[in-house]
Amino acid sequence: MKLTLRIWRQAGPADSGRMVAYEVPDANPDMSFLELLDVLNERLTLEGDDPVTFDHDCREGICGACGVVINGQAHGPRERTTTCQLHMREFSDGDVIDVEPWRSVAFGVVKDLMVDRSGLDRIIRAGGYVSVNTGSAPEAHATPVPKPIADTAFDNATCIGCGACVAACPNGSAMLFTSAKVTHLNSLPQGAPERSERVLNLVEAMDAEGFGGCTNTGECTNACPKGIPLDSIATLNREYLRASLGRK
Amino acid sequence: MAVTTPTRPAPAARPARPARSSFAPLNFWRSTIGKKTVMAVTGLLMLAFLLAHMLGNLKIFYGRDDFDHYADWLRTIGEPVLHGAWYLWIQRFVLTLAVVLHAVSAYQLSRRDLKARPAKYAHKQRAKAGYAVHVMRYGGITLALFIIYHILDFTSLTLNRHGVEGAAYDNVVSSFSVWWVTAIYILAMIFLGLHIQHGFWSAAQTLGLNRPSRDRAVHGIATGLAVLLTVGFLIVPVAVLAGLVG
Repeated sequence: MKLTLRIWRQAGPADSGRMVAYEVPDANPDMSFLELLDVLNERLTLEGDDPVTFDHDCREGICGACGVVINGQAHGPRERTTTCQLHMREFSDGDVIDVEPWRSVAFGVVKDLMVDRSGLDRIIRAGGYVSVNTGSAPEAHATPVPKPIADTAFDNATCIGCGACVAACPNGSAMLFTSAKVTHLNSLPQGAPERSERVLNLVEAMDAEGFGGCTNTGECTNACPKGIPLDSIATLNREYLRASLGRK
Repeated sequence: MAVTTPTRPAPAARPARPARSSFAPLNFWRSTIGKKTVMAVTGLLMLAFLLAHMLGNLKIFYGRDDFDHYADWLRTIGEPVLHGAWYLWIQRFVLTLAVVLHAVSAYQLSRRDLKARPAKYAHKQRAKAGYAVHVMRYGGITLALFIIYHILDFTSLTLNRHGVEGAAYDNVVSSFSVWWVTAIYILAMIFLGLHIQHGFWSAAQTLGLNRPSRDRAVHGIATGLAVLLTVGFLIVPVAVLAGLVG
């Protein structure tokens, strides 16, 4: 496959950045998108150019480290697929592919395609956990959880915190991310004692990071590689209202 | 002693945030979800008023006496507990407050939203959201301007061609006999329908009333209300222009 990549190059946070075109004549349909960038970077390195910086880690779709906007879509054209699990067979020979970093005022560009997503970490730090001493796993039947609630909690726990929701949202909102954490922890008995404090703290932290608000466009859930549903945002809103009315 | 981990760099400067107030409603108003809740509640209040307004308008088809009598009755609601037209002024005050709170929240949230995504993608995003979602802001501004025009036309009668207080029927007929006045109303009511179509579902989402099992029903009610109000409001000006009323 012969492809043309137009990649966002930005030397650092202070640089204004620009799209730069690269030819990749030796792309293979079985390569992942990150492997395509690896091939390009090998060549750039050999030619003495600066390789393209991008975030990546597990390369099996579960860590949330990778993620770029491909042709205007966070994580590219394939549904429920992270960039590392997107393969070049999704594209055709001769395609011109635009590759850009996540865009949000809360995610500053560090270099090229790498952005600073520590804002999401600070939201987690505000209450995206259950305050108990960890140790060996408790007996599974000690705390009964009804199956539908366990399923909802699990579905939301699959959020990998990649930030695609923020990148896809026209308002750069982190509502889907925050709602996944709140829905996951607030629906389980283990999370119940901190239910109100958690949602108030998470929303406060989310707003403080400069993320936009939700206008219910649904772009986030379409971009989410884990398919976190829009319903989680309704749950977040419900939990926030409940806590704001002073209920514990 | 050897240091095995490098010193962590200082975290990047974060946007200043106001300290949490001990007054809970203030924290609520400051939060994005709080402002959206205000928009949802005021929006639903205005929607309830519009339904009553639309149904009342249809009384014009019963003729001049019936319609003028209805318009006059509106000024007597609440009597004798309330003095004449007091109810009307209470309603006007509540609705104005709703419009102002709705608009202020929308303005503050929109400013925040636009600031949150200053850089656009070089490759245009293919929006999955429908047309109604994209015209919420412009549609809202259009509706605000329309409300001012509408009040000058039929409440203060400043712009009304007939402009006789108490002669509601003739005032309506005189305005809608002009084609471009009817055109303004048609345009505004289409924006109203689009605004309600996304707004109603959005309000249910913001108030946390949506569930996957209710999603189709809420979408259905939103579309139903949008069509009902747009058509219901437009029957009158179109009928006047067509010569069926007047």
